[in-house]
Amino acid sequence: MKKENSIFMKIVRNQCFIPLMALLLLVVFNLIADPGFFKITLADNSAGNPILSGFLITILDSGSELAILAIGMTLVTAASGGQDISVGAAVAIAGSVLLRVLCGTNSRPETLQAPIIAAFLVSCVAAMLFGAFNGVLVAYFKIQPMIATLILYTAGRSIAAWINNNELPVISEPSFKYFGEFIPGIPIPTPFFIAVACMIVTALALKFTNLRLYTQAVGINQSSSRLNGLNPAVIKVMSFVILGVCVAVVALIKVSRIATINYSVIAKDIEMDAILAVALGGNALSGGRFNMAASIIGAYVIQFLTTTLYKFKVQSDALPAYKAVVVIVLVVVSAPVVREWFAGFSKKFMKREAA
Amino acid sequence: MKKKVISMLLTACLCLGLTACGGGSDTQQSAGTEGGSTEASSTQAGSEGTEEGESGGLISVGIINNDPNESGFRTANDKDLKEAFTEENGYDAQFAYSKKNDEQIASAQKFIQDGVDYLLLSAADTAGWDSVLQDAQDQGTRVILFDRVIDADESLYEAAIVSDMKKEGQQAVEWLKGQELDEYNIIHLQGVMGSSAQQGRSAALDEAAQSEGWKIVSQQTAEWNAENAQQIVQSVIDSGDDFNVIYAENDDMAKGAVAALDKANKSHGVDKEVIVMGFDCNKWALEELLAKNWNYDGQCNPYQASYLTEVIEKLENGETLSEKVINMDEKSFDAETITQEDVDKYGI
Repeated sequence: MKKENSIFMKIVRNQCFIPLMALLLLVVFNLIADPGFFKITLADNSAGNPILSGFLITILDSGSELAILAIGMTLVTAASGGQDISVGAAVAIAGSVLLRVLCGTNSRPETLQAPIIAAFLVSCVAAMLFGAFNGVLVAYFKIQPMIATLILYTAGRSIAAWINNNELPVISEPSFKYFGEFIPGIPIPTPFFIAVACMIVTALALKFTNLRLYTQAVGINQSSSRLNGLNPAVIKVMSFVILGVCVAVVALIKVSRIATINYSVIAKDIEMDAILAVALGGNALSGGRFNMAASIIGAYVIQFLTTTLYKFKVQSDALPAYKAVVVIVLVVVSAPVVREWFAGFSKKFMKREAA
Repeated sequence: MKKKVISMLLTACLCLGLTACGGGSDTQQSAGTEGGSTEASSTQAGSEGTEEGESGGLISVGIINNDPNESGFRTANDKDLKEAFTEENGYDAQFAYSKKNDEQIASAQKFIQDGVDYLLLSAADTAGWDSVLQDAQDQGTRVILFDRVIDADESLYEAAIVSDMKKEGQQAVEWLKGQELDEYNIIHLQGVMGSSAQQGRSAALDEAAQSEGWKIVSQQTAEWNAENAQQIVQSVIDSGDDFNVIYAENDDMAKGAVAALDKANKSHGVDKEVIVMGFDCNKWALEELLAKNWNYDGQCNPYQASYLTEVIEKLENGETLSEKVINMDEKSFDAETITQEDVDKYGI
């Protein structure tokens, strides 16, 4: 009995518990409301390639962007104790750079002016530079992350428009769409593979480098980490630069999806969802220890919720309200005070049962 | 304690996001509220003023517009104005751009002090213009509104040249009626709720659906956003509901919807499963029409300069205008009749 109890407590204490419970709740709710939610069908798309479709596939598809951003956002949160609210604008910039390189000066190219990989690398560099800009403001000028990134949040979309002379390039090359949709012959959406690749790279980096240790050390106590020979500023800037890479990957997916860009609405409000994913994962938004897996699960839970609400035809401008309710519940449940209370309650309950 | 503070902050953020969704009576979506540049570029009065008003010289106009980077519509609008108000045409024009009302008001005051003959105004916000327009009247500067109306007394301006969004919607709905489908199952993708374009274009469809007994399968706002539109249409497809019309209130959303259709192998366009309708006449959208992938596109006319010059000419000649609010003619295009010339001429 005692042992069981401790295992139970271990599970409850695990950081992944909260997002997984949320996921389970959503699954159960959908099962009761309409089991058709889980139906997946294999059919041809208009290009004649077999693809999987269904709500679950949509979640994997759209949730992957968020999962990629959640990786970077978790690191930034852990290292700097604050959040980057400029990721949506940064996605616009990276996407704009990507299209600029692909199209050259002609906004409606017949053929691509540069290989996609080259364009992606250039947009990566651009996004990393903007990440470094944010990072330097935070790390060296000691500006609060939300305030520092507010600069790019307000200016970013105009910069994105300026990069392309305010034109809207349209890419007609079919292979460009592979990144946001499907690679012919593979029925699972490509963004999912990209997200998995990002997760593997992150997992390897966390396992074989000191990234996790250093980031957490800086997040928990800056001065003690400096006394131990770390340079907190460098670690912080690095976390923003890594987020920049995530931003560039998301920009590639987003731009590829519609083969063009709309500067004012692309990735709108995505920073909110990314921050929520981190919070849902039970990570302290004030920095320090973090759990990457929990953040990623959190990202997919948010998309699960969004898709569920779309399915029930909830007015989409009311979506943030529903998300708010869910988030309030989750954040309250994951608060240490409530957790302790729950733990005490279950202990009492166990004792009574034993007696 | 910390978590509590954080949860409250998060809630505050979300509430903020919510209000941000609802507000605004912008015609066009404007995000990235960068401090608008109020650069005023003045074309200096040269010696070769050819034609003119009674004064013999150039007619001086101050033009206050929204940021041309805001959207394709605004870019086309600005270009049209710049081409019309030139020295060759007898104007000494100064331009000021801003997305912010207070900055626009400041430029208006500057123009009035400079003593321009006409103040042409596309206001960022509807409120707050009374006193500055009163100043203009006292100074003898005549005010003409274009593109957007404001909450001010009608006597303060000479004319307002606007798009009738409801008429745009009605034109589209009339066209849809003319298709004589056996049944109408419509996915209605709305713009940002409360914007004048959304209200006008939605109202027309709502009325027709009621009177004709059309079925609205889904009515959602995608907030002018292609990605949101894709998700909404995807969710209808995943639910297995039947539909044969997509009524998107702008081109971007129609594009997102088509991406979802392509994934589900639903054919779209002329004589296909699903009819696709968009608005705004972006060039790429008209090309889709030309390729018969879409069916209909309604214009929101950015070419307002000819209306403005006409009004100014009339006022210069001392004529009175028959009405204050002038609705522009707006075209609509059908995939079966559109030509390459239309695409080149009307695509923005």
